[in-house]
Amino acid sequence: MEAVSTKEKNQASFSPETMAEIQRLLPRFPEGRQKSALLRILHLVQEENDGWLSTAVMDRVAEILNIQPIEVYEVATFYTMYNLKPVGKYLLEVCHTGPCAIEGAERLLEYLKQKLAIGIGETTTDGLFTLKTVECMGACGYAPMMQVGEFYHEHLTEAKIDRFLEDCRAGKVALGTWKLG
Amino acid sequence: MSRKLLLEHAEIPGITTYEVYRRQGGYRAVEKALKEMTPESVLDEVKISGLRGRGGAGFPTGMKWSFLAKPEGIPRYLLCNADESEPGTFKDRLLMERLPHLLIEGMIASAYALGCRTAYIYIRGEYKWIVKTLERAIAEAYANGWLGERILGTDFSFDLHVTPGAGAYICGEETALIESLEGKRGNPRLKPPFPAVSGLWNSPTLVNNVESLCAVVPIVNEGGEAFSAIGIGRSTGTKLISACGNINKPGVYEIELGLPVEEFIYSDEYCGGIKNGKQLKAVVPGGSSVPILPAHLILKTAAGEDRLMSYESLAEGGFVSGSMLGSGGFIVYDEDQCIVRNTWNFSRFYHHESCGQCSPCREGTGWLEKVLHRLEHGHGRMHDIDLLVDISKKIEGNTICPLGDAAAWPVASAVRHFRDEFEWHVREPQLSQQRNFGLAREAVAV
Ligand SMILES: Cc1cc2nc3c(=O)[nH]c(=O)nc-3n(C[C@H](O)[C@H](O)[C@H](O)COP(=O)(O)O)c2cc1C
Ligand code: FES
Repeated sequence: MEAVSTKEKNQASFSPETMAEIQRLLPRFPEGRQKSALLRILHLVQEENDGWLSTAVMDRVAEILNIQPIEVYEVATFYTMYNLKPVGKYLLEVCHTGPCAIEGAERLLEYLKQKLAIGIGETTTDGLFTLKTVECMGACGYAPMMQVGEFYHEHLTEAKIDRFLEDCRAGKVALGTWKLG
Repeated sequence: MSRKLLLEHAEIPGITTYEVYRRQGGYRAVEKALKEMTPESVLDEVKISGLRGRGGAGFPTGMKWSFLAKPEGIPRYLLCNADESEPGTFKDRLLMERLPHLLIEGMIASAYALGCRTAYIYIRGEYKWIVKTLERAIAEAYANGWLGERILGTDFSFDLHVTPGAGAYICGEETALIESLEGKRGNPRLKPPFPAVSGLWNSPTLVNNVESLCAVVPIVNEGGEAFSAIGIGRSTGTKLISACGNINKPGVYEIELGLPVEEFIYSDEYCGGIKNGKQLKAVVPGGSSVPILPAHLILKTAAGEDRLMSYESLAEGGFVSGSMLGSGGFIVYDEDQCIVRNTWNFSRFYHHESCGQCSPCREGTGWLEKVLHRLEHGHGRMHDIDLLVDISKKIEGNTICPLGDAAAWPVASAVRHFRDEFEWHVREPQLSQQRNFGLAREAVAV
């Protein structure tokens, strides 16, 4: 993780809606155990921060929960759903575990790589798409699949992917939200 | 037609809403437990039912409940394990998507039996939309007096919350789940102390799988005896099986335990046979962690008896010729599938998911992946095959949590049952890149 300058530090601030959502979560845990809300809070603030966690964002979370920044970093680096670098507007998370592989997940990944001209973990130059591989998502019977935002896209084919990418470019794809609303 | 205890109402339109669920007889189990039964008698019914943990290990739920420590003045917690990340497993997802109130009902009855005031559903973060489904249902349950203070006017008060993970298979292991729920990395804890004595925030804690907790509803409604009358031997009740791979009808099926495996695979009521008229090559019957079995051993035991969908029958023959029911993640492979490639894929998964605490698992899973990678990609050597067995043995039993075993078993069993296919990859590196070995024992000589 890159060092943070003091200037950058603690500059992150969250929207009133996100802060309200955080306040709604904290009482679910006994007094003094609010750190338990950390994983969910990180999902919320990642969503607000264009899909990734900057050091400034994590530091602000530490402040809110009254814990050390390192306690946030060690969690953020452990779980695969947190992105520690900027990602494209549409993060395509393609499952490549056994059952999806049987149904052609690897071929689809190659197709996506070619079509988007990026490798796994990379973002298209227009900032629209990032390609990521993920492990079994609990959709093995509806393979191959990918998750984009809140939603699963199952029984994927090349044709479906073509249509999906077009819909993304046309701004017709909803990503969902962690906020209950 | 198989009897359905859990999915009976799953197809009814609007069943995710409180009104429809209640109209179908929902929350009767809570009424019955709280008004007509003592916590002890609920526990007794669960014991009588013979219900065994549906998360993978198959430990008797009633016995597990009776281990929960009950020191004065310290809260106890009930946790629902909704992490569902074992490759091949997608049954809890269906239960929660379609029947969120069934899970809530089961958790209220369970918490009453256990004397828990608070419970959490720990759900994998990828199931984002289900978090909302559950929270909507929980809000309805509060609004209708099934959750909160003094439920149904009794002394029993109970709060239920949902809390998501963030992408880590290991958090399905119960002590890793607890760590994660405390807002930390999912590193499993050394046991003892067991969670039943010291778990979440050092309090006595009980962790049960989604399906186990749902099963408490029919057990309370119809009695433990009625539940135990279904199934076979010590495999009582029904079990959700998520079937995937090269079959005509992938999906989630509720079966009566004891159903012949052959019927499950070939009957139109279930998997509907192998896709494209191909032949069955192998099955992983209980999620990626359990041993893979070749067609002849999944349909019949080594002793020649019909293999049944039950804890005992699937384990018949031990690790020499048997496997496990596990989580019920049933993965079917046809003759075109490459066992070496599949084994490499799974070992990559375990290497990726190892939390890294224990050297045998952290290093061993990496070595397995590497050796399998070179075997699959035509750079393997004959002694690599025994090396795989050797590494597996050195991981197995030498780690804090069973992820190490889960990584070792699929490799050891693949080599045991499909050694000829591994050898072929070494002997014919070019050929093995181009085509698969087919049905190991029936393949034409190359
Ligand atoms: C690596 C690993 C992953 C696991 N994943 C899950 C899981 O996703 N869901 C689950 O219910 N149990 C899982 N388990 C089993 C749990 O540790 C625990 O046995 C189970 O939740 C107990 O509930 P039950 O008795 O109702 O089955 C896993 C175990 C291990 C070792
Ligand atoms: S293997 Fe892809 S969802 Fe399970």
